[in-house]
Amino acid sequence: MAWKRKDLLTIRELDPAEITLLIDTAASLREIGTREIKKVPTLRGKTIVNLFYEPSTRTRTSFEIAGKWLSADVVNFSASTSSIGKGETLLDTARNIEAMSPDVVVVRHSSSGAAELLARSLKCGVVNAGDGAHEHPTQALLDLLTIRERKGHLEGLHVAIVGDIAHSRVARSNIYGMRKLGMTVTVAGPPTLIPPHAQELGVKVSHRLEDAIRDVDVIMMLRLQQERMSAGLIPSLREYARYWGLTLDKLHASARSDVLIMHPGPVNRGIELSPEVADGPYSVILEQAANGVAVRMAVLFLLAGAMASQDGQAERGHGL
Amino acid sequence: MKLLIRNGRVIDPANGVDAVQDVLVQDGLIAQTGRHIERAAREGAEVLDATGKVVCPGLIDIHVHLREPGYEYKETVQTGTRAAAAGGFTAVCCMANTEPVNDTRAVTDYILAKARAEGAVRVYPIGAVTRGLGGKELAELAELAEAGCVAFSDDGKPVMNAELYRRAMEYTLPFGCPVISHAEDTTLSHGACMNEGVVSTALGLKGAPAAAEDTMVARDIQLAELTGAHVHIAHLSSAGAVRLVRDAKSRGVRVTAEATPHHLVLTDEAVRGYDPNTKMNPPLRTRQDVDALVGALADGTIDCVATDHAPHASSEKEGEYDRAAFGVIGLETAVSVLLDRLVRPGVIDLPTLIARMSSAPARLLNLPGGTLAAGAPADITIVDPDRELTIDPSAFRSRSRNTPFGGFEAVGAPVATIVGGRIMWRA
Repeated sequence: MAWKRKDLLTIRELDPAEITLLIDTAASLREIGTREIKKVPTLRGKTIVNLFYEPSTRTRTSFEIAGKWLSADVVNFSASTSSIGKGETLLDTARNIEAMSPDVVVVRHSSSGAAELLARSLKCGVVNAGDGAHEHPTQALLDLLTIRERKGHLEGLHVAIVGDIAHSRVARSNIYGMRKLGMTVTVAGPPTLIPPHAQELGVKVSHRLEDAIRDVDVIMMLRLQQERMSAGLIPSLREYARYWGLTLDKLHASARSDVLIMHPGPVNRGIELSPEVADGPYSVILEQAANGVAVRMAVLFLLAGAMASQDGQAERGHGL
Repeated sequence: MKLLIRNGRVIDPANGVDAVQDVLVQDGLIAQTGRHIERAAREGAEVLDATGKVVCPGLIDIHVHLREPGYEYKETVQTGTRAAAAGGFTAVCCMANTEPVNDTRAVTDYILAKARAEGAVRVYPIGAVTRGLGGKELAELAELAEAGCVAFSDDGKPVMNAELYRRAMEYTLPFGCPVISHAEDTTLSHGACMNEGVVSTALGLKGAPAAAEDTMVARDIQLAELTGAHVHIAHLSSAGAVRLVRDAKSRGVRVTAEATPHHLVLTDEAVRGYDPNTKMNPPLRTRQDVDALVGALADGTIDCVATDHAPHASSEKEGEYDRAAFGVIGLETAVSVLLDRLVRPGVIDLPTLIARMSSAPARLLNLPGGTLAAGAPADITIVDPDRELTIDPSAFRSRSRNTPFGGFEAVGAPVATIVGGRIMWRA
């Protein structure tokens, strides 16, 4: 199949074949990172703007490396260095950037729906690099790629996603992607961190870590944001770590011996993950980071290809 | 000066009339209605042929934001009342959250002077309950009532201090004006921008549970019972709040309620896509809530329709959903939306809808109008139940365009608005 979308905004809107195409493409592009000269000319002459309204290390860097390996020109626009801090609206900033003719804008923003807003108003491609508590599609794709590489397949696997599901765009994108690919998902956390009506997303809900991780193939631990305490959602970090932190003891007591431990990062060591688990044999956290570059290459490659074929059609139309 | 409205289906709920009749207007008042008005009486009258149309008492919207003084870039008394006339309304009650707030006689006087000079329909101000809508101390309620305020409300900002609200109800008892409650426990709804439910979970937006509304409706009902005051609940939106109001009414508590067209026809599913024109407070809720509201409007638990017309400039309604302003406009869409979505499918009959938009609001706030009885002010709305239209925000008289109904196709629309015997608007 061919990729037809101008934008990548959500996993929710993709069909299983599109998700598989993205993962397959990423798997085939991974090899570029192992070459001595990590560069192919695929996106030469294309301009990619990273428009980041929230701090980000790995996602932004990962998009930047992906663009550069594909020979695109990559420009970073971040909240601290641009007019974003001067009260310009998101749409105005985006329109000004578009006037400089980029091919793809990669956006991260604290407001849910911000990527859709940009995609509606911009002619260039838009990639959602995380919007509020809504979606983070490239993270889900790199997680799926990592699981598939380790397990050989995806369908039929059972994944536990543990922690602050309510505020997590990573959880939402993964839930949609995993359900579409025939996987079983359990979300687990204290009830205050489980979003209302979570079951209607097609997942099981658990309120006890030991139950949630029993017999699953993958445990995905989420980062706990410090501000959840002041909002009255949990009493203390200490109590959270005690009941929801994954330690080697809990892992050995309840989980399977071939379980994978994942985390989208950055890890709060000693809170959701003990250092022995984060660095231990079950952990595939660094593989996730490596696959992040491959997935973002695939996304940029497919989006640019879709736009090129649309341009081609437009030109042919002109000839008539 | 005479006006004869000929051969329309006259629906006058206050007087139990639903028949093809003529209406004769003279000197700004209803002179008589009937099938055979004597030639001498109608001699020299301008004739308006209403064959096939519905002639009813002028519609009254007891909940609008005219934004003047202070936010004239959103709306003014002039543009807001022109929008009202174009929507079939002959009178509006404007909320106090202007700048400065309508918490003193000077502001009430200013609004009324503007309305006399530039208003296309009648304007009745609603005064603030607390100074500056601050929720801390009472506004000068007696003087506001004397200046012409017809009710009191801190609309948009609930009075969270229950004792202060109790005192407001007691203090205003002698004036015969209700307090209007924007029922929302802000400690439960803090930071929310839509209804809490499966859609807010899917969209990653913070939701307000219906309980934020229900708990406050329950509190205000208890305070009404304690004080004997008339409490009117603005923009009811949840099935729980409907149950509470229904129960309170059955116990004889002086509580009344309104619902908006958007809460009566839209659910939180409309928020998918993140269009800020679906963002308002209270938020759009679920199908269950909408069904409860429609049932309550039909059986009278909800006394009236009010639009909560809340104009905002496009810059306040086009960006990120969680940062956009709350509120939508409704004056120019209410009649078409309700005729098409409630009356045409047979959920509510036309005379009931007209009662909820004319005689009922007039009775709630003791306003003139709401009746076609001889001697009443000649405030009349003419509606064409068969007129097909596509709602086009660019054609609105309002200064703002923030409607969730843009592009809606509807059958049924107002075609003429008569205020005090003068035709203020014709389609």
